[in-house]
Amino acid sequence: MIDKTTQNASTFVSQVDSAFLFIFGVALFFLFAITAVMVYYIYRYQKSKNPVATHIEGSTKLEIVWTVIPTILVLVMFSYGWSGWKNQREIPDDAMPVKAIARMWSFAFEYPNGMVTDTLIVPKDRPIKLDLVAQDVIHSMYIPAFRVKQDMVPGKKSNIWFESEREGKYEIFCAEYCGLRHSYMMSAVKVIPEGDFDKWMEENKALEDATGGTNKRLAGVSVLRKYGCNACHTVDGSKLVGPSYKGIIGSTRTVITDGQERQVVGDEDYIRRSIYEPNADIVKGFDKGLMLSYKDQVTEEELQHLIEYFKSLSE
Amino acid sequence: MSNQETETNYVSFREEKGKYKGILAWIFSTDHKRIGLLYLYSIVSFFIIGVGLGAAMKLELLAPGKTIMDPATYNAIFTLHGVIMIFLVVVPGLPAVFGNFFLPIMIGAKDVAFPKLNLLSWWVYVVGALIALSALFMGGGPPDTGWTFYAPYSFKTNTNMLPAVLGAFVLGFSSILTGINFIVTIHRLRAPGMSWFRLPLFPWTLYGTAWIQILATPIVGITLLMIVGERLLNIGFFDPALGGDPILYQHLFWIYSHPAVYIMILPAMGAISEIIPTFANKSIFGYKAIVISTLAIAFVGYFVWGHHMFTSGMSGTALYTFSFLTFLVAIPSAIKVFNWVGTLHKASIQLEAPFFWAASFLFVFMIGGLSGLALGALATNVHLHDTAFVVAHFHFIVFGGVGFAFMGAIHYWFPKMYGRMYNTKVATTGWLFFFIGFCTLYLPMFFLGIDGMPRRYYDYVERFHGPNIVSTIGSWVMIIGLIIIIANLIKGAYSGAKTSKNPWGGRTLEWEVDSPPTLENFEEIPVIERSPYDYR
Repeated sequence: MIDKTTQNASTFVSQVDSAFLFIFGVALFFLFAITAVMVYYIYRYQKSKNPVATHIEGSTKLEIVWTVIPTILVLVMFSYGWSGWKNQREIPDDAMPVKAIARMWSFAFEYPNGMVTDTLIVPKDRPIKLDLVAQDVIHSMYIPAFRVKQDMVPGKKSNIWFESEREGKYEIFCAEYCGLRHSYMMSAVKVIPEGDFDKWMEENKALEDATGGTNKRLAGVSVLRKYGCNACHTVDGSKLVGPSYKGIIGSTRTVITDGQERQVVGDEDYIRRSIYEPNADIVKGFDKGLMLSYKDQVTEEELQHLIEYFKSLSE
Repeated sequence: MSNQETETNYVSFREEKGKYKGILAWIFSTDHKRIGLLYLYSIVSFFIIGVGLGAAMKLELLAPGKTIMDPATYNAIFTLHGVIMIFLVVVPGLPAVFGNFFLPIMIGAKDVAFPKLNLLSWWVYVVGALIALSALFMGGGPPDTGWTFYAPYSFKTNTNMLPAVLGAFVLGFSSILTGINFIVTIHRLRAPGMSWFRLPLFPWTLYGTAWIQILATPIVGITLLMIVGERLLNIGFFDPALGGDPILYQHLFWIYSHPAVYIMILPAMGAISEIIPTFANKSIFGYKAIVISTLAIAFVGYFVWGHHMFTSGMSGTALYTFSFLTFLVAIPSAIKVFNWVGTLHKASIQLEAPFFWAASFLFVFMIGGLSGLALGALATNVHLHDTAFVVAHFHFIVFGGVGFAFMGAIHYWFPKMYGRMYNTKVATTGWLFFFIGFCTLYLPMFFLGIDGMPRRYYDYVERFHGPNIVSTIGSWVMIIGLIIIIANLIKGAYSGAKTSKNPWGGRTLEWEVDSPPTLENFEEIPVIERSPYDYR
């Protein structure tokens, strides 16, 4: 609305903004006009200037006038709003599907070829359809520059689409309150030229094929990215919502199990348990219940990538 | 004043000797005026707590990153702010305080129809409030779900949300009891000659409100019980992990909570409709149009709840139906505004604090209402939904509308309630600070929302910084105003100059009884022979 850089950011912008202009224009006109009349009356008819009031009970003619005019105006606003929104529901058949996954407190994007990123990268001038999936609680996919927003409801399928006409990087926010780190749940859409996009797809696919199993670091990092682990855990030893990965392997850790404090060794089993039953052992100093089980999501192979990667962080 | 001295047997309701002494004479009194004051003191106490929490949030948002608290505290604070302000302050608000005190007097009755039920409803309110606030002091910490308790997050959090939900459930009963009492009172106890179209406008709005309270509150009661069932017994109404539907929760929640907005705003409109003719010394313009628009709002208000859920994934048909109905409900509100302004035409206006509150009510209510148009239209709603714009919009309606009307009402009826007058110059100064602070606090949030800042945000990106600073400064100015207002009223209640029966020249019945009124209000029930706003 205010920001010129969002002009043509998506094909919806001009239509939504013209609805804004119309509604705000009418609203501001009435606000200023009525306020001006009111202030004038208060000044003109204050007791010192007009000691005796004129008895008036009302006027049917006026009541009709100020019922009919607002009715017409709001009906126009309704249809403006409706027609501007209808396009957002009519998803073109040739739109490229991307799965958008939300969980506390990160987004991930899965492309048709299986690649997963934490930033949404899309080609310019091609319609993109986002299939929205929420894994834990309700989130909301909000791209202010594109004027789109859709709640991501667990257990419910929904989608949105857009087509960007302007290269650039635009913010994605989670608009539905989702707990502790709601305000940090953000990502970005990067709109790049179509040619660059195809090239990027190819390269990354090739990179992933080549490194699968050989480059432990990259494999582990891509698993972390896929599940959004870094929203709550760090690689550098600092404390966020959960403990850092750094130094877990081989360390002795004080955990709380069923209310009892005990010592465990950070080994493979511990990592597996922490991911599949995250609330069984809680590291002392952290809160219970913030992490959900990833039992049906993280595969054994991905788990091995993680363990190898964590080992490298403890070396 | 002279009146009190000549009547030797005059004993105000405040001095009346009953069965009990001291505080017991108040908390066990079935006198509608004492109950009204009990509500006033409870509600104002909770309001001050709510303001404190709000100010803490604004302070945190003064700068990006951590300013004074961590995110967990912030989330708990905005939840408590919402729960306290909605369930403990604004929903009971004007009906419980001024409705209780003035409804019987304005219709020429000695009390409400069921005085004991009336006392019970205050007790239920206190118990509900204590249950809700106990969440603060029990293990697990205060709830962090937002006052909407949206599923499934509300089932996943480890914080103490059950007491807050149970408290809201109990408070609902208080609301229902008051509603039943008012409906019966208005139907049965009007003075002889007071036909429906001689009923003053404040009682009319209480009547519309009471019906909403009775019909809508049970739905939130059931919904809150379903949450309790789900949390304790894992039934699976709303949690998709148990096979439930989170959207069902939102429907049930808003079926109550949208009409609840009209529970809040209708009596506020009623109070404004009393203040304006009194200070204009002139009959209200379009009495019947105001009555009909009140009933229209109360009725159509039931069918617009879906506009809280435009991005939740409802079908297109549901969306445009709700959008359409939402626009319809805007019309009666517009009619009221035109009639209020019309009343000022060729009036003879006394410029006093209650009138300043009423006039500024019109201004902030218009901003609230007109900003709502952008939220009612689908295309613009999608961009604005769940942003700071929505927060600004409903604060302009609920705090601007209801809050300003409450302030106007207390300054208007204060001499009647206490028999004394506050310092009118200080009252106007307090209003000015409050009004400027209020606008400075909430106007920047419209810009933040249009620019894309989501609501319930503990932290924000740098480009949202500027408006947030302005907003926080506004909160300080507003609080200065609030302190001036409250101190002035307390001082007025203790040591203000004694006042006459009718200091403002009002025409409704409450200005014909003593200030403060006697226990039974009227020695003789009056016979009504004119319209309530006949200033000829």
